[in-house]
Amino acid sequence: MKLLATVRALTGFGDAAGGTDHWWGQRVSGVMLVLLGVWFIVSLVLLPDMQHDTIVDFAGGTSNGILLSLLCLVVAFHSYLGVQVVIEDYVHAAGLHNFSIIASRLVHLVVVIAAVYSIVRLGTGT
Amino acid sequence: MSNTERPLSPHLSIYRWPVTMTLSILHRATGVAMSVGFIVLAAWLVCAAAGPAEYEQFRALMSTLVGQLLLIGWSFAFFYHFANGIRHLVWDTGRGFEKHQANASAWIVIVFAVTVTAIFWMKLV
Repeated sequence: MKLLATVRALTGFGDAAGGTDHWWGQRVSGVMLVLLGVWFIVSLVLLPDMQHDTIVDFAGGTSNGILLSLLCLVVAFHSYLGVQVVIEDYVHAAGLHNFSIIASRLVHLVVVIAAVYSIVRLGTGT
Repeated sequence: MSNTERPLSPHLSIYRWPVTMTLSILHRATGVAMSVGFIVLAAWLVCAAAGPAEYEQFRALMSTLVGQLLLIGWSFAFFYHFANGIRHLVWDTGRGFEKHQANASAWIVIVFAVTVTAIFWMKLV
């Protein structure tokens, strides 16, 4: 069994031993997003308006800033896992397949860093 | 070696389209749509942090007809993916797989997503 897995890994076939991690990651992040999503939607509805001052007050608060950062991190993770499955289903050319997955990972990283960095800026007033 | 003469099993198009199939593809479509929407959510925060002028530029862009339609679309995508995601989590416990159960939960998800999207925009505007 062990030898078979090694040969498969070397030839690029068979599992990469990451299937259950992916499945659980999608579920756990999904459950977290049910809770964080409800919080975010309720927060948006409760805002008196969408003016700049209001949003700075909201996102700049400590607890809101932490929850908003957590939301962005979990969304990025959940989104990355989902996009990966879509790429695996539709992009079959090996080169383009790997390129797409790496590109998706990079884009998700840049977007989530930009979001959390901005939340920190709002929280510190810089 | 492809053999075009070999008998094929009936493909998707042979079946009467069940509502559950629509829900399935919509789950993926709304997920991908929200992956794009996440970039806009991040842009909203970046503009808010950059200052009032940049934030107003973002608001102006989102106040256009296209911007408003996108926002309504993303909110529907969220409520749909939210409800159908819970449906998937219930399935993961091994429950709700009977045909009448899957059809009933499908309609619940559709009605929930449309209704809550409407309520959300009534409360927001």
